[in-house]
Amino acid sequence: MSDHHIKLPEGSIEKQTTTLNLGPTHPATHGVFQNILELDGERIISAEQTVGYIHRAFEKIAEHRPLYQITPLTDRLNYCSAPINNMGWHLTCEKLLGVKTPKRVDYLRIIIMELARISDHLICNSIVGVDTGAYTGFLYVMQYRELIYEIYEEVCGSRLTTNIGRIGGFERNFTNTAFEKLEKFLNEYPKVLKEFENLFTRNRIFMERTIGVGPIGAERALNYGFTGPNLRAAGVDYDVRVHSPYSSYEDFEFEIPVGSTGDCYDRYLVRNGEMWQSLRIIEQAYRKVKEFKGKEAEIFHADVPEYYLPEKKDVYTKMEALIWHFKIVMGEVDIPPGEIYFSVEGGNGELGYYLITDGGRTPYRLHFRRPCFIYYQAYEELTKGSMLSDAIITMSSLNLIAGEMDA
Amino acid sequence: MLTNDTIKQQLIEKFGDQVQQFQEPYGMLTFEAPKDLNLKVLQFLYDDETLAFRFLTDLQAVHYPDNKGRELAVVYHLHNLTANVRIRFKVFTEIEKPDVYSATALFSGANWMERETYDFYGINFIGHPNLKRILNVDEMDYYPMRKEFPLEEQTRVDKDDDMFGR
Repeated sequence: MSDHHIKLPEGSIEKQTTTLNLGPTHPATHGVFQNILELDGERIISAEQTVGYIHRAFEKIAEHRPLYQITPLTDRLNYCSAPINNMGWHLTCEKLLGVKTPKRVDYLRIIIMELARISDHLICNSIVGVDTGAYTGFLYVMQYRELIYEIYEEVCGSRLTTNIGRIGGFERNFTNTAFEKLEKFLNEYPKVLKEFENLFTRNRIFMERTIGVGPIGAERALNYGFTGPNLRAAGVDYDVRVHSPYSSYEDFEFEIPVGSTGDCYDRYLVRNGEMWQSLRIIEQAYRKVKEFKGKEAEIFHADVPEYYLPEKKDVYTKMEALIWHFKIVMGEVDIPPGEIYFSVEGGNGELGYYLITDGGRTPYRLHFRRPCFIYYQAYEELTKGSMLSDAIITMSSLNLIAGEMDA
Repeated sequence: MLTNDTIKQQLIEKFGDQVQQFQEPYGMLTFEAPKDLNLKVLQFLYDDETLAFRFLTDLQAVHYPDNKGRELAVVYHLHNLTANVRIRFKVFTEIEKPDVYSATALFSGANWMERETYDFYGINFIGHPNLKRILNVDEMDYYPMRKEFPLEEQTRVDKDDDMFGR
């Protein structure tokens, strides 16, 4: 400080930095996160994150449960796109058991997974809008998320924590209502997404609040283990759907949108681009599903009797069916020993399942690779030196989901 | 073309019989090395131009209480994004002195993954900048994912079931 400034007494407020507790239950954090921020004026000097407020020990619980009872646990990871987590888990089990699913099942799964991706990105992008002061977009797209949830409901009966599908396929065939709702969505949603983009993409306030905010380069992002839209926004075209296709993703035409600077604006653009690509995939998948006629159109699961409850009328009349029913419900089906890592492209990035079985009825070890948990540690680097208000936008544009982070 | 065989060959050329137990469960090359070598192996896999395993997908531990002297395994999943090849690398350590070198200098992302592993398995990552619990409370005095730790409190009587047991 130069001499002409007024000498401040020792320990006065102007010389100190401020410690601010952002969270754990601040409305702007959209979840249970705590950040202890060290502020100089309004600039962030350092940030320390505390996570684990909703840790539920899923990995420990999973060691005591048969495979099919683990699906509801995966719902509660990234609850904005629960079906992707469910499908990822089913696919892991199928790979372990060596189950080959019919094409129709794969396509139906892709429809559900891409719907989930849209609802995930929709929430993230509209929340970024809310944090920059534009509430309209959020409110406007919410009715289309509602429509997606109605489709889930029609398929599996629940909306948020879906527990959708079974190991080998779905619990029942899609109803006509489900397809009607899907058609309605495919007809109406592109217009809505276009309008949503009109609200934000070239909006001057939105651009000035997001461009250059919370940037990360490709090199650093890879070193931090970023995946998904946040990595692609930094310019790396890594997508599990393309690199190691699962559930017949190789049959589809789509592009991977990438950004360049890895800032909030690029993350927003990448997510929007992905929603258009998801729509493309859903349209193709729906067309393929419609091509199945007659008996083929009734296939909704692979032949895995160990994981499918027998017909109720058989359970009441046949000994064998009753035994199977009991065995399946009580989880008395042995799992073959093996060690497997399988990953799917979740809403936030590579959602991996590392499963070790030793031939018992429950996994020996199950680890979830949660993309959120891995990239949240870069938060300090992303926000250092920026304003407090930018830190809030950075947080929402990373799409941090407390459930996924804390497992 | 990077295949499991070429990776295996290069590792053996470099480390001799110190890298061992090569397996390919479900197509993923899996091997182990002594725990003192973990950073050397990771560094070699990172630096080598053809191997280039520069993406740490995941890091976690597994507890095998019956393996005397090598109860805890630290498992690294590495990914070469350009050739799109994944490998799995394990080091084993005894439970009395679970010291393993930290990979944080090589991968920034290893920071929280190692904290999580420490939190649940008590593996002491030497050289970690901030090794403390992450998901559990700081006051916890046990490592809950170890096999001897029961899922439910064993003194509970309200859930006893004569037919199926608990």
